[in-house]
Amino acid sequence: MKEILRLLQLVRPFYWWMLLAAVLGFASIGSGIGLMLSSAYIIAKAALHPPFQELLPGIAGVRLFGAARGILRYIERLASHNTTFKILSRLRIWFYTSVEPLAPARLMRYKSGDLLQRITGDIDTLETLYARVISPPLTALLVSGLLWVLLGNFSPAFSLVLFCFHAAAALGLPLLTGYLNRGTAAEMSELQSGMQTKTLDCIQGISDLLLFNRLDDYVGQLNELKSRELKLQRKQALIQGSHESLTGLLMNGAVIALVCVLAPQISNGTIDGVYSAVIIIAVMASFEAFLPLPDAVQHLEANATAGKRLFEIVDAQPAVTAPIAPEAFPESSSICFQKVSFSYPETRCPALSDISLTIREGEKVAIVGPSGAGKSTITSLLLRFWEPTEGSITIGGKSIDRLDPESLRSRIGIVSQHTYLFGESIRKNLLLARPDASDEELKKALEFAGLSSCTSRLDQWAGQHGMSLSGGERQRMAIARMLLQDAPIIVLDEATANLDNLTEKSVMQTILKLCSKEPAKSLLVITHRLRDMSIFNRIVVLENGSIQEEGPHETLMKKNGLYASMWSLQHRPSSPGLVAES
Amino acid sequence: MNPDRRLLQLVKQYPLPFVASVLLATLGGIMLIGQTFLLSSIIDALFLKRAALDNILNLLLLYGLASMLRAGFNWTSRNEANRGTLKIKQLLHRRVLRKISSLGPVYAGSQRSGKLSATILKGIESLDPYFSQFMPQLALSILLPLTVLFAVFPVDMRSGFILLGTAPLIPLFMVLIGKAAQKATQKQWETLSRMSGNFLDVLQGMTTLKLFGRSRERIRSISEISEAYRRATMKVLKVAFLSSLTLELVGAVGTAIIAVDIGLRIWSGTIAFLPGFFVLLLIPDFYLPLRQLGTKFHAGMEGVSAADDIYTLLDKPEPDTVEPPAPQECCKYSTTPIVFNAVGFTYTDDDSYALKNVCCELKPGTITAITGPSGAGKTTFINLLLRFLEPREGSILFGNTNLKNISREVWLQGVSWVPQHPYLFNTTLRENLLIAKQGATEDQLKHAISESRLEPFINSLPQGLDTPVGEQGARISGGEAQRLSLARAFLHDSPLLVLDEPTSHTDPTLEQELLASMQRLIRGKTAVLIAHRLSTVRNADQILVFDSGTIVQSGTHLSLMKENGFYRDAMHSDEEVAAQ
Repeated sequence: MKEILRLLQLVRPFYWWMLLAAVLGFASIGSGIGLMLSSAYIIAKAALHPPFQELLPGIAGVRLFGAARGILRYIERLASHNTTFKILSRLRIWFYTSVEPLAPARLMRYKSGDLLQRITGDIDTLETLYARVISPPLTALLVSGLLWVLLGNFSPAFSLVLFCFHAAAALGLPLLTGYLNRGTAAEMSELQSGMQTKTLDCIQGISDLLLFNRLDDYVGQLNELKSRELKLQRKQALIQGSHESLTGLLMNGAVIALVCVLAPQISNGTIDGVYSAVIIIAVMASFEAFLPLPDAVQHLEANATAGKRLFEIVDAQPAVTAPIAPEAFPESSSICFQKVSFSYPETRCPALSDISLTIREGEKVAIVGPSGAGKSTITSLLLRFWEPTEGSITIGGKSIDRLDPESLRSRIGIVSQHTYLFGESIRKNLLLARPDASDEELKKALEFAGLSSCTSRLDQWAGQHGMSLSGGERQRMAIARMLLQDAPIIVLDEATANLDNLTEKSVMQTILKLCSKEPAKSLLVITHRLRDMSIFNRIVVLENGSIQEEGPHETLMKKNGLYASMWSLQHRPSSPGLVAES
Repeated sequence: MNPDRRLLQLVKQYPLPFVASVLLATLGGIMLIGQTFLLSSIIDALFLKRAALDNILNLLLLYGLASMLRAGFNWTSRNEANRGTLKIKQLLHRRVLRKISSLGPVYAGSQRSGKLSATILKGIESLDPYFSQFMPQLALSILLPLTVLFAVFPVDMRSGFILLGTAPLIPLFMVLIGKAAQKATQKQWETLSRMSGNFLDVLQGMTTLKLFGRSRERIRSISEISEAYRRATMKVLKVAFLSSLTLELVGAVGTAIIAVDIGLRIWSGTIAFLPGFFVLLLIPDFYLPLRQLGTKFHAGMEGVSAADDIYTLLDKPEPDTVEPPAPQECCKYSTTPIVFNAVGFTYTDDDSYALKNVCCELKPGTITAITGPSGAGKTTFINLLLRFLEPREGSILFGNTNLKNISREVWLQGVSWVPQHPYLFNTTLRENLLIAKQGATEDQLKHAISESRLEPFINSLPQGLDTPVGEQGARISGGEAQRLSLARAFLHDSPLLVLDEPTSHTDPTLEQELLASMQRLIRGKTAVLIAHRLSTVRNADQILVFDSGTIVQSGTHLSLMKENGFYRDAMHSDEEVAAQ
């Protein structure tokens, strides 16, 4: 319930829209009631053979309500669809705005596409928030109110009787079915998550399952799970299927009860018999508004669950907070790590401990070391995705936590191993790096990055997640973006790992040329492939989160330490392969 | 609003529950007529005869009885439709799974991640409203109005004719609505799924956006895109909803005409109150099923779009495997050569061959290295050997037997495969290993673990072998996953091995350990390696160089170095780079 209230809070700007749509819905059902009511009035009145004029109000009512019902319904459908779209768009913006400060540190758990897909699925579920959850009870309440007023005119007893049956339909039925259904929702979601992992295993692990002759086993287990799910669905359907019938029974119950109350009053003349027909028809028509209510309870639950999951994500504390009044960006772009330590949350070993490192403007520095040594953590800290646990990082002498994170990041051009391309054109993907770039500049950047083949295809769709480009091409797209960004600091994080030897060489040359152009750029390269190492002013060797050695290539080689042993391992005359010399 | 032919076919497989559902609902409709008759009699008695409650008690009791019967019929009708729907869903689930398993890993791998599982998990479920609601309603939208007509005609011909007169308008509008509603729901559905696809894209790329300092300005673009979609969709809906407006109006106008006409006739004394009121009460139930058809069609639409995905999958032609005549005993890999005899394969139906005219022999106990640029056909070759694909042309012979005549299960019993990116199942580490050999003893497990050097990793985990892995479990690095896959191969202990060497991009220390384990694994076995390093290629018994789907060169290192061609050129350029 808490979640629903929070969701309602979120869609506050649309309260008027919702109210409008609900009132229209009420007016449409009300017209339906009016149509039946005035028809009944004509017929009943006519049976008494009064002067013709007395039939006229009924005839006018029939015409008015007959036309109004359809038209109001039409307007209501448009209004409620419009409201739904507005709410959805608002929720998306809300979610994005709240999650943006959390990325990427707090979203690491959601790295895999499937989980993100579930998030978007949850937001899609909220599509039903207005039309299925908020609107039905609102409309029912209004219709109920109308009927109480109408019947109260005759006798408060009628209102009371009707109130009992309306309350039973609106509250009793959902409570009853909720009670009968208790526990099934939890059982269902457990079954479904079991099915989800089994299905993923079955599809993504299909080659292993085939090889080890276990596929039939797995398919059998899945079928078994599905049967259990369907059995549970059957139970739910049996209960939910009774809603409509039970609402119908309540309607008929209300009719019988009213007849019982009416009969004595008509026979003793308190109430004109004409109205018996009118009252009963109006009561019957009013139950139309109660039909969608049990369904609303179900949607309420679904919305609450979806909302809960979303709130859980959104409520995380951001790993870093932007300064309220950021200082002006310094002229100099020298980077300095001072005694920086860092541990990822929920881990015991620190990822970095006591790192001090200076990269002066225009310097080229390489960070090397075995995987898991903490190389990429340095980039994450520099980009201010995380806050150091201890120590500080400065650029041009200013601590980076006093700078605007956006302008900090726009001054660091980074190419990492994983390049994300948006489902947009190649041009749009490039313009991300520099929105005002001309086509000429885009083409130049593509050529520089070794993607001449793309210069004529700027408008081509980069595809869903850039799937129409190969791994190497995507890497080069990232390099083209970096060229466009023209930042004073360049970070390459295993950037050329997916490229073949020759391309890697030419790409590196391009980047070096770019770096040496005035004003000189600082270059930070993270790699475990030791190649062309003499171009770097300094090489920093990391192991287990701390700096083991530091210095230019020749010095380190002479030192005969960790670096030298890594170098010789990779530069044996013939690197060892799988097949030993026979 | 025509029913989808393929989906209708499914109903024909389980017709009984659906027929029962429609019949029961029709019985419910008949009860409704009885109820209406009783109710009009009650009101007639109250109003005109000023009857006391005692006099109408019998009528009220009957009315209550009819109500209960009607509720019962309607409930069972829904349950029957639900029963049929569940059967169909189960059938489809089985068929889709069977199809995926017979299409095999190559097909599963070619699909966008998550698409197949979405079809299985969500696609089939979204068909539910189509079968449980739309299909029965299709029949009821004819049967129920007919029942009402049967009741009205004997009582008041004139009103019956008016209903009949407005009735032809309805099929006419149905056609219009069918088209417009289809367009509207399609549009709405597209809008929603495009908006959510777009949103997913933005979420996944959020880090990239942040890197360029552009994440905050995306907020505006999300709202602009949503706004644009909303406006476009509303434009379509404005037109599409018009047709159901007309349908509503026909219903309302029909009711109005009959009400006024009956009223006037009662007034002039040509018809009594009771039949008049009876007819009036029935009119809404004449139009209601037709109006409902629109809403239920709307509910079923999503299923129709999902059906397209399901049937694209189900209609995929299956590889033409000949069922092997009889179960054979295990293949004798250690003595029998495998021969590729002019094998060709194409993924599409045109002439773009992934493999063409491939001839080679894999001698027992030897090591074959496969090399060549990416896209040259190496993977297809391996997939044929693993029987994930069957040759389109030529044949693969195992000794004198065509591989086609050996069942895939029997063949794979003797094969192990260590890919570069092995999949880990969402279960414990132990289960992940036992996949390779059900019922392996603790000692066998230990041996496999130590051979693949997994001990330090497993010992570092508090729960050891019982640690869950996968999406919800411990994070496992690529290197550890590869070692787990190696351990599986040790457990499976098969005479034929297919290995993907770790690439030179792997961390050098890690790479050394993996290579050492692999060496222990292939000792004394027939091995096929996708080779990435010079030394492996150099020391293999046989080297196959692939390019553009054919074997361009084959032989040993020495013989190939003497030849002018791809191999020698590649060797030279690689050595140059490596020397730096």
